[in-house]
Parts: sequence; structure tokens; C-alpha cells
Amino acid sequence: MSDITAGSTPVPTARRDAPIHTSGPIAWLRVNLFSGWVSTAVTLLLAYLIVTRLISFVDWAFINAIWAVPGGNQTQACRDMKGIGACWAVITEKHRFILFGTYPYDEQWRPLIVCLLFIGLYVVSAMRRFWRAELGLIWIVTLAVIGLLMWGGVFGMPYVPQERWGGLPITLILSTFGLAFAFPLSILVALGRRSKMPAIKMICVVYVELVRGVPLISLLFMASVMFPLFLPEGMNIDKLLRAQVAIILFAGAYLAEVVRAGLQALPKGQYEAADALGLSYWQKTLLIVLPQALRMVIPPLVNTFIGFFKDTSLVLIIGIFDLLTAGKTAIVEPAWQGFGVEVYIFIALIYFCFCFAMSRYSQSLEAQLNTRRR
Amino acid sequence: MSSTVDPRLLRAPPKKGIRLSWADERFRAIIWQVLIVGAIAYVLWWLIGNTQRNLEVRRIATGFGFLDREAGLPIGESLIPYTPRDTYFRALSVGALNTLHVAVIGVVLATIFGTLIGVARLSKNWLVGRIAAIYVEVVRDVPLLLQLLFWYTLLQGLPGPRQSLNPVPGVFLSNRGLKLPFIQWETAHSAALGVFVLGCIALWGVAWQLRQRQYADGQPRALWPWGLGLLVGLPIVVWAVLGAPFAANTPVLRGFNFAGGVSVSPEYFALLLGLVTYTAAFIAEIVRAGILAVHQGQWEAAQALGLHRGQVLKRIVLPQALRVIVPPMTSQFLNLTKNSSLAVAIGYQDIVSIANTTLNQTGQAIEGIAIIMGVYLTISLSISLFMNWYNARIALVER
Repeated sequence: MSDITAGSTPVPTARRDAPIHTSGPIAWLRVNLFSGWVSTAVTLLLAYLIVTRLISFVDWAFINAIWAVPGGNQTQACRDMKGIGACWAVITEKHRFILFGTYPYDEQWRPLIVCLLFIGLYVVSAMRRFWRAELGLIWIVTLAVIGLLMWGGVFGMPYVPQERWGGLPITLILSTFGLAFAFPLSILVALGRRSKMPAIKMICVVYVELVRGVPLISLLFMASVMFPLFLPEGMNIDKLLRAQVAIILFAGAYLAEVVRAGLQALPKGQYEAADALGLSYWQKTLLIVLPQALRMVIPPLVNTFIGFFKDTSLVLIIGIFDLLTAGKTAIVEPAWQGFGVEVYIFIALIYFCFCFAMSRYSQSLEAQLNTRRR
Repeated sequence: MSSTVDPRLLRAPPKKGIRLSWADERFRAIIWQVLIVGAIAYVLWWLIGNTQRNLEVRRIATGFGFLDREAGLPIGESLIPYTPRDTYFRALSVGALNTLHVAVIGVVLATIFGTLIGVARLSKNWLVGRIAAIYVEVVRDVPLLLQLLFWYTLLQGLPGPRQSLNPVPGVFLSNRGLKLPFIQWETAHSAALGVFVLGCIALWGVAWQLRQRQYADGQPRALWPWGLGLLVGLPIVVWAVLGAPFAANTPVLRGFNFAGGVSVSPEYFALLLGLVTYTAAFIAEIVRAGILAVHQGQWEAAQALGLHRGQVLKRIVLPQALRVIVPPMTSQFLNLTKNSSLAVAIGYQDIVSIANTTLNQTGQAIEGIAIIMGVYLTISLSISLFMNWYNARIALVER
């Protein structure tokens, strides 16, 4: 009974050939593109559509495209090719305006350096090697240098008033300063929402739910139309700053919910252990709870950051000169009217680069943090 | 059993009064709350005082009295009869209805389209999966406002009505918007529609009845003959009895524009297109995550029980995936509704656009913004309540 095959003769089976191609490119094609009738039909149809679309797109965007026009605004050549070829001349001609707005032409190296500084700041903040207390110092110094470069007035740089700023630096300023202030605010609100003190809890709940229930536009309108009514006479706050405050309040409410998720996900034992050690509330929060809770929610935080980076484009509606507004203004000039598609594609590419980098970063970070936890 | 418990543990902790000392936690809590609430109240009082003074200086009367005045603002498209002679209240109602109009249709289309993309991304066909992935990545990483402007510019760049694109007979796409043929609506159609709605209710009752009988004898019964009869057969019979009217109302080029048919304005079309494509990318990711969250073992166990593929999807996989999908889907619906406020940038007259014009005409900034916020809070809360109810219905019943 111990061995059921004992004594039985092996049953002869038909000889089978080794399967053809279970690896290699042809096998890959068979499994992934042509695994059945339906799959083959879909693949062929899609391939046909992609090839024809791609050819007409390449024709429009590259082969028939016009890259420069004589005199800087003789756009007749572009008008003749409308619908057949893209008019990239509008970008060639207007890219300085789209990127830097009405900033004095000779001084535009300053906003350029500002943009590079911002990108450097993001890269440094993304590297885990720099996740230390000194990072806060780096941020303060960089933001100060950025302010200095934009305003000028010292070291031989002429003063540039805020009304002349525009384009990409405004988008980066709104999103970066917005997050720099909204993030601490959101931590306080998230802690307040989990607080045992009823009055504080209620204030935080009302703030978060109210802001999350209305569109950002209504807050921006409030900042641009209602805010001047709130202030005593004679006191006037700049429009950019008012929009910045609205964005901070908006971002704070959304980030607070992300942070709260982290606080809730932290095992109760951590809170109890900290209490058992006799730590005060702030010691417990700063040394035990927040470092773990924030680490857990970094990927969703980055996703929320991407959302805000895109949402800063809404300031177009209240007339602040960010990247999108600059692009929209660039095609108001009669010579360049009707070339919106090219300009929007250019701006979309800029937004895409920033957001795609952030989303890839968030994905890789998520993978890293998950492996460590297991 | 009680003898094993230390009697000292059964005693309630001694009640202590609040000591007026910084060392008492409750005392500290009260002081903190008084301080913070006081500070917030002071700031609010200061702001309200400033506002009142500013309003007096600018001679703006507060209150909602302006709602009864004649608006005098033209509105391009409206679901209810409206003329510029009507009041501000009616104008704002038109705006709120326009917001709801685009939000409701947008939510339905985005759900359908997003689910398709999400399933396509999980397709075994590599090409289909790749295209869906690229779509999601590209659409998610470009601001919605930019996409709306892009679509609107594209639609405006189309040829005029005389040279309009005509992809399918009867459908015209020009810079005046989309024109679609529609049947000439008559009583018979209304009656058929009414019977269809009644049929839906009846079908629900039949399904319940069949389920009860299956519980009693374990015999599954087919529902589809009932569905076919109640939802298709009966409306057709009613329509035929009433004379089977059928006349297509096709758009015809007359002069410089079209007459007849149903028209979709370029503003509405661009807004709907932008909202649906943008939100669909997010919904696709939610659907994908929901399907992936159902463990492979669930499929295998269901197949081992002898269920066929459709039954596995309907009875085993979907109910579990929905639990993961519904909560984030709710916030996407809310996002779509709030994002419809971007209509103001391309000239679709939703509540934000009309309230903005109103506050520019009357100077009633506070009331105008309060109206915008009130409308959106109402819509948001209604969607939240409905989705919470739905979520509670499909949630895991735990002991």
C-alpha cells in the first residue's frame, strides 16, 4: 500500500513534441497580441488606426510644420498651412513671453535661474539622503534667494515690481509656496481633527468639510472679490498674495485628510507606548507619531501635490499671470490668433514633464517603502 | 468567576474635580480651547466689522433683495424658459440647472468610459493595455483647465456651418457645435417612455419574486424573458397601438445656420468632453485597482464551485471589487461636479459664470459667492449622502 506504482508496468503514452516557441519574440507576440480571433482582430484594427493617426500627426507636427516666420509676425505662411501643418513659429516667437511673461526682456535670466532653483529644490527634496532637519534650512535659504532674484533691487539687479512677473515662475511660486505653508497647516488641522478637545475638533471638521465641499474657483473668487472688503480701509494686499492664501487654505484641507489617514493607520500601540514612557503630547506627536505617520502617507501626499500643481492653473480665471494665462495672452495678438492648439500643446508638455516626474517618483517611492515594511 | 478578579479593579476610578492647575490635563484643555476659540472669534469679529464699514463706504446694501430684480443678462442655453427680462433668481436657477445638467451627464459618461479604460488596461492584449495606460498617464498629468481650453479651441477651429463635418448622415459638427437628428416627439413616445419606467419597477418586483422562489426550492429561474417583455415588448406595443408615429427631425442647413434636430453648443460640448475624458482617467485607475484587489483565489474557488464566467463576475468578483471601488469613486463624482465650475473659462453659463456676472452687475460680492458655495455644498452633500447609502448597502456585513 505504501507504493501504489510498485509492480505496475509503465503505460506507454504517445510521443509528444516539445512545444514550439514558449519564449522569444514570436512566442511573446502569440501570447500578447494574437492569442485568439478576437485578440488578433483587435490588434490589427488598433495597429491600423495607430499607424494612420501617427502618420497624419507626424505630417502635421513635423513634416508640414512651419518653425519660423519672416519678420517675427508675418504669419501668412502659417495661415496657408492651417490644418495641414503646425505653426511652431508661434512658439519660436513667443516662448520667452509664455515662459516669463512681461518680465523685462534683458533681465529674463533671473526668472530662468529661479525656475532652475525650484527644480533643484524639488530634486534635493526627493532624495531620501536629504530627509533631515537641514532640509528645512535648505528650503528657507532657497526661497529667500528666489525672492531676491525675482524682486532684485540689490547687487546691481534692477528692481522688478510684482505686476511684471509672469509665466512659469508664477506657477512654480504659487505651487511651492502654497505647499510649503499648506503642509504645516494640514498637520495641525489633522491633529486637531483627532484631538479630544471638542471645540478644536469642531473647528477643524468645519474647515475641512467646508473647503472640500466647494470648488477652488469659488475660493479664488472670494480672494479676488471679497477679500478687499474684509480688510480695513487703506490696507491692501497684492492680488498674487491673495490667490496664494486661497490656494494655501484649499491645499491645507485636502492635505489634512491625507495626513489624518496616516495618523489613523498608525497602530494604537505606538500611542500607548509613548504614553507609557511618560512623553508629553508634543513629544509624543513630534518624536513618535508624525515621523511614522508621515512616512506612511508620502505616496498619496505626492499625488495630492500633483493635483495642486495642476490646480494652480485656475488662477487664470481671476487674471493672474501664470504659465497658462501667459500662453492664452500670447495668442491674443491679431497676427497670432488661431494658433491656440500649438501653444496649448507646448504648455501641456511643460505641465506633463513636471507631473509625470512626480508621479513616477511617487510610484518608485511606494515600491521602496513597501519592500522595507515587509 | 468573579472571585478571580481583584475586587479593587471593579471599583470605579475616583472622581476628581478639575484642579485649577497647569498640571491638570482637563484644565489645560479648557484653557487652550478658550484661547483658540477666542482668537478665531476675535479675527472673525474684526473681519465682519471691516466688511460692514467697507460696505457702508461703498454704499452696497447687503441682503438677498437683489434676487427679485430684473437680471437683464442674456443666457445662451437654458433648460427652463428664460428671457433677460426675468429676475436674478431665475437666472441663477438656470445656472444651477446648467451645472447639474453637465454634472449628471458627465458622471454617467465618465463612469462608463472610465470603466472601459480600466478594464482595457487589464486586457491580456498588450496593445490594448498599453494604449489605455498611455491615455491615463497623459490625461492625468495635464491640468483640466488647459484641456478644456484645448478642446474649445479645437471646436472653434472647425469650419463654419456651410462646410461642417458630416461624419454620419444627419450629424453635423461645425464651429456652431454639434447637431444631431432626433425623432419628432409625440404623445406615443411619452406613453412608451412611461410604460418603460413602469416596466423597470415591475421588473424589479419580478426579480425579487424569482429570488424568493429560488430561495424556497433552489431552482434558478431566468429573468431575461421578463426583462425583454417588460422593457422592450410592452413599450413597443403601446407605441404601435398609438399609431406608431416615426418622423426623424434632421438638422438642415438653412441660410447660415442649421434648423431642426437637437443641437449641442460648442461650450457645452467642450466642457463635457474635457470633464469626461479627464475624470475617466481617474475612474479607470480606481476600477483597475478594484479588480486587482479581488484575490485570484476567489476566481479559482468560484470556478471550482462550477459557476461559469459570467456568474463568477456577477456574484463573486464584482461585489468584492465594488467595496474597494465605491468610496474613491464618490470623491471622483464630487470632483467632476466641482470641476464643472471651470465652465466659466470657456463661456458655458453655469452657476459660477452667472453668479459672477450677477456680482459684477450688482456689486453683491458676498451674496454671490455665498450662492455659489451654497449650491456646490448642496450638490456635494447630496452626492455624499447617496453614495454613503449605496456604500453601506454593498459593504461587507460583519458580525
